[in-house]
Amino acid sequence: MSRCVTICPIGFVEQDILEHVAQCIERRCSLGCRISLKIEPPRYAYNENRGQYNSKLVLKYLLQCHPCDCFRLIGVTCLDLYVPILKYVFGIAQMNGQCSIISTHRLLPQFYGQPQNLDLFMARLEKTALHELGHCLGLTHCRDRRCVMYSSARIEDTDFKRPDFCPTCFELFHWYLERSLS
Amino acid sequence: MTKKFRILVVDDEPAVRESLEDWLLEDGYDVGVAASGGDAIAMVQEKSWDVILLDLKMPGMDGLEALKRIKEVDSGVEILMMTAYATVDTAVQAMRQGAFHYLAKPFDPDEIEMEIKKIIAHKELVLENILLREKLEEKYEFEEIIGKSHAMQEVFELITQVAPTDSTVLITGESGTGKELIAKAIHGNSPRCYMPFIVLSCGALPDSLLESELFGYEKGAFTGADHRKKGRFEMADKGTLFLDEIGDISLKTQVDLLRVLQQKEFNTLGGEEVIKVDVRILAATNRDLKRAIKEERFREDLYYRLNVISIHVPPLRERKEDIPLLAEEFIKKYSFEMNKEQLKIAPSALKLLMEYDWPGNVRELENVIERALVIGQHKEIVADDLPLFRKEPYVEVFPRSLKMMEKMHIEKILGENDWNISRAARELDIDRQTLYNKIEKYKIKRG
Repeated sequence: MSRCVTICPIGFVEQDILEHVAQCIERRCSLGCRISLKIEPPRYAYNENRGQYNSKLVLKYLLQCHPCDCFRLIGVTCLDLYVPILKYVFGIAQMNGQCSIISTHRLLPQFYGQPQNLDLFMARLEKTALHELGHCLGLTHCRDRRCVMYSSARIEDTDFKRPDFCPTCFELFHWYLERSLS
Repeated sequence: MTKKFRILVVDDEPAVRESLEDWLLEDGYDVGVAASGGDAIAMVQEKSWDVILLDLKMPGMDGLEALKRIKEVDSGVEILMMTAYATVDTAVQAMRQGAFHYLAKPFDPDEIEMEIKKIIAHKELVLENILLREKLEEKYEFEEIIGKSHAMQEVFELITQVAPTDSTVLITGESGTGKELIAKAIHGNSPRCYMPFIVLSCGALPDSLLESELFGYEKGAFTGADHRKKGRFEMADKGTLFLDEIGDISLKTQVDLLRVLQQKEFNTLGGEEVIKVDVRILAATNRDLKRAIKEERFREDLYYRLNVISIHVPPLRERKEDIPLLAEEFIKKYSFEMNKEQLKIAPSALKLLMEYDWPGNVRELENVIERALVIGQHKEIVADDLPLFRKEPYVEVFPRSLKMMEKMHIEKILGENDWNISRAARELDIDRQTLYNKIEKYKIKRG
């Protein structure tokens, strides 16, 4: 099994953002990354009433576009995502699955009426990417608020946690990783 | 790793069920889904759930009716109603009917998370209270071992001598003689008394399950190992591990056990890390281990490791002088529990008790006294109240209410198992959590 994670932009995403996600995963998870060609989001996933995209439909579409020839697939998008019962999500992952998506929409400080802050945005992006990749490998939410696997229900949760796994999640992450690769 | 809480999602819309299920699975909950109120009731009857997310508007049975009927089946389950803004009034009505709270669809992610965490914190507190109550009651177990006979006085003397040490003790004796009480008394009077006292009844478990229970396992160690589980050795660290029915374990588990006793360390199933523990082992059996060694069913090296000190609890027939004292104690206990006047035993009834051989030992005597108090119509316990000695078939007195029947049955099984929750749950064929829920629901108290 290849150790390469594919990062796929969904709609327009700046190259800096994609490269940052790739670097974070390479650095923190000892995995290789490649950035694939952009795909356009499916129109049917857009909900006019909510002005958001149904993340489950986008995720299914992403999987259809990408045959499973990589270790894991991470979609990155600027679209605002939701699941039917929740008002929004920062990202979505197939638990123990192949694919996840992260949305930059609500990671931008401007979304909360704050001034632009690239460092803060990039830190949020890194944490969200690691979190969703953790789910893809089978990790559930951690009770340690500092751990990157702590549930991010609000942006403050994301800001509080560190871009690292706690020792238990770290061990589990690598245990899952080796298991997936063997 | 914490215990997995069970959440049932009830909604007729597949997209809602699916998205909530995914969301809750990421949180590590055990999630079930039901598409209607009827399905939900069936699932609640089948097993116990901690939280139910229940949609208010569903075709057929609506959320309010489902809420009412679910609460009839399991009053302990907490229900969060899900509703659109237009029906908030109805949701408030649902709260009056016992729902924990309501959530307006669609939720803020932190809203649902917070509500569930509130319920879980409450449930954990209830569970902790039960465990603490058990722990408090354990303190008095030493006094609960009753006996003025010479044989029992020797046992008390031995307990006093061995309790402060760290030696392994093998407690032998027939079923119903109170071996677990002896073990609790040793722990309760040892320097480890404020640390955990963990019980594992080895005889009732299949080999693979026993291994998991003793040593724990890592997530993914085998099919179905969907979370990390702490073993009893790890739970008992700095405390005492009581291994009941040790004579029934397989040779493979005997080898595993021997290794821990020698090295004081082990690996969890599927785990790389060596876990070091400081555990005092108390073991008990009703089997003749020396004979088992001869028949090559029990390892001699393990026997000598376990049998550093042995305490033999004599059967009741060999200490009949304790019967009046024990009977009196059980009368006191059950009269108080049943809110009845404390009865005396008629001389003719006492004579019968003294003449009987008591194959089920103290536990059997306790059951006989309890039953005599339930069915007795006289001002004292007479021979006729002792069903064991009746010639004619004995007719049980059953309550009319199904709930009362369930409560009494649970009380009986708990009593028969000395309030060992795991054993009682196994005998009742339900899981521990369900048993805890029922104890809470019926407000069953240890006598």
